[in-house]
Amino acid sequence: MFEYCSDPDTLSTLNWFSCYLTNGAHFRFYQSFLTVFALLAVTAPISLAFGFAAAAASRSHVAPFRWVGKGYTAMVRGVPDIVFFLFFVLVLDQGIEYLRHIVTCPDWDEPIRQGANFLVCDAARTPQSTSPQWVHEVYNFALAVFTYAIVFGAFCGNVLFGAMRAVPRAQLETAEAYGMTRRQTFWRILVPQMWIYALPGLSNIWMILIKATPLLFLLGIEDVVYWARELGGSRTSAYQYPHPDWRFWYFLGLLVFYLSFTRVSEIVLARLTRKLSHGQATMAGEDMRKAAA
Amino acid sequence: MICGEALQSYGLRALGFGERLLPRGEITLCDQVVLIGSGMIWNVYFAVLALLFGFAFAVLLAVAKNTPSRLTRKPAEWFIFVFRGSPLFIQFFMAYEAFVMLPRVGVEFELFGIMIEAETRWFARAWLGALIVLFLNTSAYTAEIFYGALRAVPKGDLEAADAYGLSGWKKFRRITFPTMLRLAWPAYTNEAIFLFHATALVFFASFPAFQQKGDALYYASYFADRTFNPFIPYPIVAVYFVIFTLVIIGLFGAMNRRLNRHLPSEQRPRLRLRPTLIR
Repeated sequence: MFEYCSDPDTLSTLNWFSCYLTNGAHFRFYQSFLTVFALLAVTAPISLAFGFAAAAASRSHVAPFRWVGKGYTAMVRGVPDIVFFLFFVLVLDQGIEYLRHIVTCPDWDEPIRQGANFLVCDAARTPQSTSPQWVHEVYNFALAVFTYAIVFGAFCGNVLFGAMRAVPRAQLETAEAYGMTRRQTFWRILVPQMWIYALPGLSNIWMILIKATPLLFLLGIEDVVYWARELGGSRTSAYQYPHPDWRFWYFLGLLVFYLSFTRVSEIVLARLTRKLSHGQATMAGEDMRKAAA
Repeated sequence: MICGEALQSYGLRALGFGERLLPRGEITLCDQVVLIGSGMIWNVYFAVLALLFGFAFAVLLAVAKNTPSRLTRKPAEWFIFVFRGSPLFIQFFMAYEAFVMLPRVGVEFELFGIMIEAETRWFARAWLGALIVLFLNTSAYTAEIFYGALRAVPKGDLEAADAYGLSGWKKFRRITFPTMLRLAWPAYTNEAIFLFHATALVFFASFPAFQQKGDALYYASYFADRTFNPFIPYPIVAVYFVIFTLVIIGLFGAMNRRLNRHLPSEQRPRLRLRPTLIR
């Protein structure tokens, strides 16, 4: 990055670090932080949508919808999520390949499971072995996002279902008295009011989602943990920047990153709670009304 | 006997007894169920010990956080913030790297008349190192729960204690602590379940499995890798976890009933279990 970096052996400590921390590998390390943010930015809305659908389905008057909604939210209960993470990615991967296999190679007569092997025809391999590296990376990332969304969608579903039940009965009865249909009551009365009840639970899930991002590493994605291990490992003098085992310091950096991230989230969520309490039929909302009057 | 052969060779494999080589080639369902079950020994070991030690430390932390003196309050607040605010996964990695950096020395000391040779090398092993991390982690989470309950102890109870002339340690032991525990118990049950589920991370987060002595998930992923079929080993792990979760719920439910036995039956708080979340 800097001009004096051409020969690192001759540098003083400070300059050495300025070169070391700006070399190519480190930029990929910094980019992997963007992967974390990208995962959060994509996963959070999708899981919220999943959760909303699950909560709405759990309230449905049509029994099969209700079963699906309740079954989905109950699915995560009692099973560690890491099992889901490891399981789902494999299942999705194999499921996609299997479906494509049926479509693309109808006249394949060998069984797909041959003992310990999972064999599909070459045309069904996802992504294609000829496709460039970035396609593989994007595909893996998409699988990870989908897995996160399924798991966290179930949590959100549970919270939103509770929030929908927490909206005061009187509000809904008033809506009915005004002659609103079930659909109208749901969209105009229930949904706008439920967020304040859902927020404590949702902010909890957000914190947990942040703290679950290092699990990306287990899904084989080159995330912050991967790079921290990679860069921190000791380097012999054959490398341009030899150093002993620094993984501890890299992980310390990650720890500080996550601590500040959760702290900032806490502050932002506290503000959001204040904002959402405005005009609500709750103690906080009432206090705000009185303070303003 | 069902699975007799597998039970004999792999029943205690996670502790290093029995067959040295893990099953390969033709892997039967018996092998999978037994080996994963033997891995569960580690999960239970971590959960039980971390919860036992964590409980005691958490009470200390909660009381410290509740003191007006900054000298005791601040360290407790920071401890809780650090361990609750960062991913357990990163804590495992960091602790492992820190333990590996320890100088290698051995100490001999006498405990209850038995000579014990302790080595710092032990810290880098899962049985001690991971246990310490889980212990610190659960202490922080539990302390926050206990702190919340401590703040929620009814004013009237404390005033009544004062009126009876109780103070200091006696007041804490007979009034504050039992009420705190009673109020915290439903949330603490959830914490126990979370912690139990978190034990699945141990062998994935850096602590190496020596001689392939690992936990349930370690063996499950071994089978999934070997058979390319995740549909058998992972559901087996899931079933084991569900069973043990039910055991936890049963035990903690019994304790909950005992803690609340003096209350009229409608007022007794019921255990409300939330779905499991990662930390």
